[in-house]
Amino acid sequence: MSYLKISASAFALAAVSATAVAAQSRDNVQIAGSSTVLPYASIVAEAYGANTDFPTPVVESGGSSAGLARFCEGVGENTVDIANASRAIRESEIETCAANGVEDIIEVRIGYDGIVFASQINGPEFTAFEATDWFNALAAELPVDGAMVANPNTTWADVNADLPAVEIAAFIPGTKHGTREVFEENVLRVGCEVSGAMEAMVATGMSEDDAEDACIAVRADGASVDIDGDYTETLARIESNPDGLGVFGLSFYENNTDKLKVATMGGVAPNTDTISSGEYPVSRPLFFYVKKAHIGVIPGLKEYASFFVSDEIAGPNGPLANYGLVSDPELAATQEKVANETTMSEEM
Amino acid sequence: MTDTNMDGPATPQRKNSLMAPDARTKQRNAAEARFKAYGIIAILIGVFFLVVLAASILRNGLPAFTQTVVELEFTLTEEQYNDAESKVLKTAAYKEFLVTAFRENLSERGVEVPFDESAIDRIVGQAGNTLRTYFRANEDQLGQPVTFSLGASSRVDGYFKGRVTREDLSNSRFLNAEDLDIVDVLADVGIMKQQFNWTFVTGKDAGVDNPGGAGIGASVIGSFFMMLVVLMLALPIGVAASIYLEEFAPKNRWTDLIEVNISNLAAVPSIVFGILGLAVFIQLAGLPQSAPLVGGLVLTLMTLPTIIISTRASLKAVPPSIRSAALGVGASKMQSVFHHVLPLAMPGILTGTIIGLAQALGETAPLLLIGMVGFVAREYPDGIVSGFTDANSAMPAQIYTWAARADQAFYEKAWGGIIVLLVFLLAMNVLAIILRRRFERRW
Repeated sequence: MSYLKISASAFALAAVSATAVAAQSRDNVQIAGSSTVLPYASIVAEAYGANTDFPTPVVESGGSSAGLARFCEGVGENTVDIANASRAIRESEIETCAANGVEDIIEVRIGYDGIVFASQINGPEFTAFEATDWFNALAAELPVDGAMVANPNTTWADVNADLPAVEIAAFIPGTKHGTREVFEENVLRVGCEVSGAMEAMVATGMSEDDAEDACIAVRADGASVDIDGDYTETLARIESNPDGLGVFGLSFYENNTDKLKVATMGGVAPNTDTISSGEYPVSRPLFFYVKKAHIGVIPGLKEYASFFVSDEIAGPNGPLANYGLVSDPELAATQEKVANETTMSEEM
Repeated sequence: MTDTNMDGPATPQRKNSLMAPDARTKQRNAAEARFKAYGIIAILIGVFFLVVLAASILRNGLPAFTQTVVELEFTLTEEQYNDAESKVLKTAAYKEFLVTAFRENLSERGVEVPFDESAIDRIVGQAGNTLRTYFRANEDQLGQPVTFSLGASSRVDGYFKGRVTREDLSNSRFLNAEDLDIVDVLADVGIMKQQFNWTFVTGKDAGVDNPGGAGIGASVIGSFFMMLVVLMLALPIGVAASIYLEEFAPKNRWTDLIEVNISNLAAVPSIVFGILGLAVFIQLAGLPQSAPLVGGLVLTLMTLPTIIISTRASLKAVPPSIRSAALGVGASKMQSVFHHVLPLAMPGILTGTIIGLAQALGETAPLLLIGMVGFVAREYPDGIVSGFTDANSAMPAQIYTWAARADQAFYEKAWGGIIVLLVFLLAMNVLAIILRRRFERRW
């Protein structure tokens, strides 16, 4: 008998607490998005909790696309306030947002991140790459004598005689990562154009668009492996495969210099100087997007955004730069943008 | 023994006594011995993997429970404090005070080591927050000498634990080999030492640049509240459903359909429940994100089939004579169930519940979608209601998050977190065994 009473009271308790909770408003900033931005966001969130009277924001990860999808679900306390992204928001995502009532979005650029190519520290001598090497090693199909054939290269030496004669084993970010897009645009496509493969493709009768798609199509015969997890997964794959080459973020590499050695790209070694000067070719801006409708509703949202882009945090001597973020030379403009709550539509 | 179908000479008469085994008996005995050996080998393989697992968990995880600290005595004036409070990044302002404090403490001990300010940055971790929190709470201590134990940076900590060697630092931006010379001196004079890491046991998560400040305590609380929700909901609902299905429900198409569906539900991947939780509990019902309440609700859905199936099995195991006897002396159906059948089935129900809870405790996938995985570093909840509703993480989610971070110090913490998770699980199991002993009845 007592069991019935217990279950009845448990139900009642659950029901009461559920309604009480639904009525309570959220007091913390809720953030979702890129796993590349997550480390930086976690530094800022911790400092924000420690330096202000607002509670520490909650930062989820899961990838730029997933984060922006949740961001665009709508307006209201049960949606996220900020989406972190390692790429700019796409036109289609802005449309989805608008369709769900998220019309005013503030775009905040927090700095730049370098993408580096690293291998096992005691592995083969991968010290210098050109974009063309990566294109020829990873392309699904290459134009040979006026026809597209499946990529015949099996070792790095096939691609470039200066590289070690070991089998091609590349671990690149999966398609859900914003990093993949940068890798495709700044490495594969550039390599495709520079090597003349693009012209050759058009010469075989391909349309320009098809040729562009073919440039960034990655072979699926096992020589290139998509990593959908974090950089730690890439590192684990490299550690178990001495010939493996991985794509990492600069800050991740700098944290693991005892295990990894980095290769130059186009003759330039990646570091914060070469990336901020634009010499190192493979870098991308990092962003977060703020829902303007939530400013004033969620306590501490605007304060978080201005705290993030303040000189003390995102500036060249702040904790973010110290961890490996390349600080944005135009930070002052971003600060002003946050202060004025300038939305993307107003910028245009 | 009929060997009449055999040709040739008849089987020889048994010449020896029954006490001496003949060839066929020997064969059967050998088969039995072989089977026993297979069994022992199987157990040994299991034990071997268990030992390897436990050893690697302990080897990797135990270092997380010790921490290298810098013990410094220094005085902060009210002026300095107010100056720090006036800045945007107040916690960073304490760095220069630390440098002075280092100089003073070293000269007090009569040691001369040349060092520059940036070296202190690299050796001491993120100390600003500890200092600021202390002085905010104890403003009367301003102007008086206070001794602090500040966590060292992750690489210095790794150097003490043998994780980092001088060679590893050749290319590192975060710590130089020369810094280690200073560290050696500091260790010699007793300013730096290792001690038990209370921050790890009681603390909350910290940013990626502050592994020394990260702890699992807050997420233990989160897991605890989630388990409470699961227990409060899944046990009564699961037991009520099984009693009805087993004892009262008519056998027809509908109950068959329900039965099949419950069995199917037990095999549904847990991430599916996470998607459901996001859609129903957060978006439809408006419950808060990242809250243990929602996590508990999602895990309840996941645990229900396990509890229903095991409860029904233990109800079935109660001999029908008990029910008949109860009904025979005039008890109603409900009285027979609640007075006689349920108490006898209780040990089995508890076992099923604990298996279900243990499964729920280790789940990360359903929590991914409801916002409990990532950087969740809230203070301890200040009450029972906020324990359910305030954003918090859970142990497996915290371990997963740490394992994905770049700094190796977090990898160590992930293993340490596994130890805490296993201790929590062990405590739950012990509780279940004690309860089971008390409920157990023999007939």
